[in-house]
Amino acid sequence: MTPRWISLAFVFSSGLLSVSAHAETIQVTVDKLVFTPAEVSAKVGDTIEFVNKDNLVHNAKATNGDWTVNIPPKQSGKAVLKKTGTVDYFCTFHPNMKGRVTVAP
Amino acid sequence: MFARLSAGVAVICLLSAPALAQGAAKPTDPQIAHIAYTAGQLDIEAAKQALAKSKNKEVRDFADDMVRDHTEVNKQALALVKKLNVKPEDNDTSRGLTKQAAAKLAKLNGAAFDKAYVANEVAYHKTVNGALESTLIPSANNGELKSLLQTGLKIFQGHQQHAEHVSADLK
Repeated sequence: MTPRWISLAFVFSSGLLSVSAHAETIQVTVDKLVFTPAEVSAKVGDTIEFVNKDNLVHNAKATNGDWTVNIPPKQSGKAVLKKTGTVDYFCTFHPNMKGRVTVAP
Repeated sequence: MFARLSAGVAVICLLSAPALAQGAAKPTDPQIAHIAYTAGQLDIEAAKQALAKSKNKEVRDFADDMVRDHTEVNKQALALVKKLNVKPEDNDTSRGLTKQAAAKLAKLNGAAFDKAYVANEVAYHKTVNGALESTLIPSANNGELKSLLQTGLKIFQGHQQHAEHVSADLK
């Protein structure tokens, strides 16, 4: 009985550890209509967070249609990256604002 | 077609002449502030006209964006002129701007209005951006005014591209 509890606890905690070790939040700043850094790397399960320093409403729309993040003025918005690959994104309100995220397994 | 073309041309003529013509005296900071503010106000009015007349979702969304962004930029412009204690000065360019395309667009309805409004937005932003790049930004003396105009240029270049997308979708 006791060994089973221990192994279950071990599986549970190691599972948690592996999730927290991989799931990072990658910040992209939006300032004066520029995404910085313009290119970032991430892993599947990571979160991309856009921090808006402008007084304007922005968004970030993946050109492959996977996600669109609303980024209100002086606030932030985020999305979880669920698929591998290189994704270009842009702001639909100001399409001259562009960025790219490369998601590794 | 004629209405659309003439609306765009009217704006271009008014903005390029006469104060912005080559060889004319450089506009002063109070004049630049007035031109930039007036250009923003006119685009807000055009957007409100579109919101009153258009039933096309993409056109209405674009008009909402124009009201929101230009209101914010003009709020910043007003805060800056207050801070700098500058009185925006009426001038030929801003006076010319106020006589532009709204009356022609008012006569159109439905898809014809949508197309003419969006085509005019493309032409209008192109013209304003050209004036910002070639005349208003280089002429601005105050660093904060110059910086606001530079950010404005990026915003309005975005609007121009957005308008071009909407225009392509309407065809």
